[in-house]
Amino acid sequence: MSDNVKEVSDADFESIIASDTPCLVDFWAPWCGPCKAIGPVVDALAEEYKGKATIVKMNVDDNPATPGKFGIRAIPTLILFKSGDKVDQVTGAVGKAQLIELIEKAL
Amino acid sequence: MASDHYKLIILGAGPAGLTAGLYAARARMDHLLIEKGAEGGQILLTDWIDNYPGFPEGLSGFDLAEKMAAHAKRFDLNSMFGNVLSMDLSGKPLRLELEDSNALTCDSLIICTGAHPRPLNIPGEKELTGKGVSYCATCDAPFYRNQHVAVIGGGNTAVQEASHLTKFADKVTLIHRRDELRATKILQEKAFANPKIEFIWDTTTTAVTGTEGVEGLELLNKNGDKSTLQVEGVFILVGVLPNNEMLPLELLKADSGGFIPTDLETRTAVEGVMAAGDIRSKEVRQVINAAGEGATAVLAAENYLVNLS
Repeated sequence: MSDNVKEVSDADFESIIASDTPCLVDFWAPWCGPCKAIGPVVDALAEEYKGKATIVKMNVDDNPATPGKFGIRAIPTLILFKSGDKVDQVTGAVGKAQLIELIEKAL
Repeated sequence: MASDHYKLIILGAGPAGLTAGLYAARARMDHLLIEKGAEGGQILLTDWIDNYPGFPEGLSGFDLAEKMAAHAKRFDLNSMFGNVLSMDLSGKPLRLELEDSNALTCDSLIICTGAHPRPLNIPGEKELTGKGVSYCATCDAPFYRNQHVAVIGGGNTAVQEASHLTKFADKVTLIHRRDELRATKILQEKAFANPKIEFIWDTTTTAVTGTEGVEGLELLNKNGDKSTLQVEGVFILVGVLPNNEMLPLELLKADSGGFIPTDLETRTAVEGVMAAGDIRSKEVRQVINAAGEGATAVLAAENYLVNLS
C-alpha cells in the first residue's frame, strides 16, 4: 500500500477512471505484506507521473464491489484505466520498471 | 552522476538485512541499508511466525517485520529506498549500480537479497497468476471464502498455509509429490487434525486449467494415473529461488541453484563481501538463521574493515 496516493471507494471509482487521463489503481489490503512492499514504488511513480497519469489506491476489504467486478483474486493487483476502460493489469509486488511499462501503455 | 561511498553497504531489508542494520548502526559504523520494497522481505508473506524466540505467543510476519525495522531505527539506521541492478565486485572499492543510474561504492558489502517463491513452470500457471494461481496464502486467502482451493507442496510453508487457508476456504486439498510431508511435526499434526484439509499423495500437478480464472488442475500420479481436480484457486508453495539477478554469480562462486556459498563467518569468495539470510547456500531457511547470519556478517565486516585500515 502506498502512503501518499489518494484512496478511492466503490462509490467514486467510476467517476475517477472515466477521465481520459490514464489512471492506475493499486488494489490493496492492510493484511497484505507485498502490498506494503510495493507501496514506496507506487508513491514514487505518483510523484513522477504527476499531471500525466492519476495514481490511486483501493482497499479491497472496504470496497468489495469493484475488485469483484474485475475478477481480482490476488493482491496487490494494479489495473490501468483510460476513459473508463481497462487497458492492462499486473499482479504481485512487481518492480518499478514493470509498472512504468504498464503506465506507458496508456500515455 | 552522483557517487557516494560507505564503509559498509547492506543490500536487502529482510530479517538478515535488518539485523545487520541493527548491529551496524549500533556499532556506529559508516553504513547504508538499501531496500527496494518494504522492510521485512519474505516474512511479509507469512501469516504467522510461531518459532521466533522472545515472542512466546507468536506474532504475524507483518508485526515481526515492523518490530525489526523499529529496532534498527532506534540506533539511527541509515537506510534508503533503491533498486540495485548490477554490481562490480572485481576491484576496490566495491561498486553498486542503481536503477536511477546513480552508483554507490563501499569497502564492504553484506548481501541479504533473499529469495522468492519458486514457480512450477507448468501450462496455465503464468497465464492464471492473479486469477486463481497464487504464491502468497496470507495475501490472497480471503478471496476464497467458502470455496475449494489446492495447495501444492509438502514443506513447512505449504503445510502451514494450508491450515491458514481453512480459515476462509471450505475445503483445501494438499497435493504432494511424495507419500509423506517434509514439514515439521507440529505443523503436520495440525494439518492432519483439520477436517477441512484433504491430501493427495505421490502426485504432481501437470497443468492449471481455466480461461477467465482457475477452474481446475491436471494431476499425474506416480503410478501413471491421470486425473483432474476442480478448484477455484491454487497456492503453489514449493520452495524458493534466489534473488540473485544483480549479483556477479561467477565471481561469488554461486552454487548450482544460484545461492551464494560462504564460510561460517558468512564471508563469500570475494574479500569484503558477506552474504546472510536466504541468499546463502544452505539447508535451513528460518527467520532466526537469517537474523543470526546478519549479526555474524556485520562482525565479519568490522574485522575486515579493521584489518584494511
